[in-house]
Amino acid sequence: MNKLSLIRNGIIKENPVLVLLLGTCPTLAVTTSAINGVGMGVSTMAVLVCSNIAISLLKSVIPDKVRIPCYIVVIAGFVTVVSLLLQAFAPAINDALGLFIPLIVVNCIILGRAEMFANKSSVVDSALDGVGMGLGFTFALFLMGSIREVLGSGAWFGFNLTADIIDPMAIFMLAPGAFFTFGCLVALINYLSKGRAIKKTEFGCEGCSSASGCPAAGKGGCAQ
Amino acid sequence: MTELAIIMMGAVLTNNFVLVKFLGICPFLGVSKKLDSAMGMSLAVIFVMVLATAVTYPIYMGLLVGYGIEYLQTIVFILVIAALVQLVEIAMKKHLPALHKGLGVYLPLITTNCAVLGVCILNIDESYTYIQSLINSFGAGVGFMLAMVMFAGVRQRIENNDFPIAFKGVPSILIAAAIVSLSFMGFAGVIDGIFGL
Repeated sequence: MNKLSLIRNGIIKENPVLVLLLGTCPTLAVTTSAINGVGMGVSTMAVLVCSNIAISLLKSVIPDKVRIPCYIVVIAGFVTVVSLLLQAFAPAINDALGLFIPLIVVNCIILGRAEMFANKSSVVDSALDGVGMGLGFTFALFLMGSIREVLGSGAWFGFNLTADIIDPMAIFMLAPGAFFTFGCLVALINYLSKGRAIKKTEFGCEGCSSASGCPAAGKGGCAQ
Repeated sequence: MTELAIIMMGAVLTNNFVLVKFLGICPFLGVSKKLDSAMGMSLAVIFVMVLATAVTYPIYMGLLVGYGIEYLQTIVFILVIAALVQLVEIAMKKHLPALHKGLGVYLPLITTNCAVLGVCILNIDESYTYIQSLINSFGAGVGFMLAMVMFAGVRQRIENNDFPIAFKGVPSILIAAAIVSLSFMGFAGVIDGIFGL
């Protein structure tokens, strides 16, 4: 696979949010505005790229049996770095994202890429995969955030679009609007790709951050 | 006592972890297909949430604050929770096989569940006392269960409905979740009303 297609893969064909349906918690929770979505996306991308590089470098050192705890330590370390950087240089974003910054640790995209890609690929490929997946995540969050901000508060990146003539639909800023917007976006992707993009019709084990350590994964999952 | 009741009710209804705070969405959407698995998962979540809080709170207050290394919170919490859940699972398998059959399969899944890590961090952020933290965690777990069980019922109802092709599967589940979440917004203000705040 050439280098460019590694990046493109994460953005379009295997978009982690819109196609693979991973990382649903931050997607729903922080996308009340476009800027929050982008902030969360970029923070996650930073952690993803760093952890992919570190895990790819360490892949021959980490014993197979304890790899998941090792990955978690590496990821949690980078999350702490990003969280301290945000506190220092972007306090507004840090306040808006709040609890969801430390929760990047349990974002299934990051552990999933470590397990599926970084521990068997070269350092450069892993870094590019991280960039691609991160951009795909950022793009999806930006899209969700834009839709919700425009409909819910009549603004985009804080710039007022409706000039206060039309009352915005505040429900889009609240919890039900998040589920609704995400549902419609996934349906749109389904429609545009005639159902080919999203292969599974249920949230399976791929969407679960614990799948790699779970005995039920691959045998139909815990719902069975 | 009133304060504890307010925290408990708030965690179950007005600040429902799943439908208002968006924590633990993955199991909410993934395991809510059948009522029994939804119940099993929720009971395991309640158990782990209370247990994790019971352990992480003293560690934070004693060790991390004592040595001035609060910035290690994320790393320490996730490792402690992961190790704890594995230990409990092993112990349960050996000594309480009946309970393990019901809850055990869900335990490893919960290790890296954002709701569990989230409730531990929230308890610290809200500067609750130890008892308040435990009550908040229990309430959050019960709220999770309420949402799961309600949603499992909704999903059984819509399972054989005829949706437009594009909305089949995941989108229909998300739209249903939006409506269930809307119903929870009706609880806003209930706590103030009950306790006359």
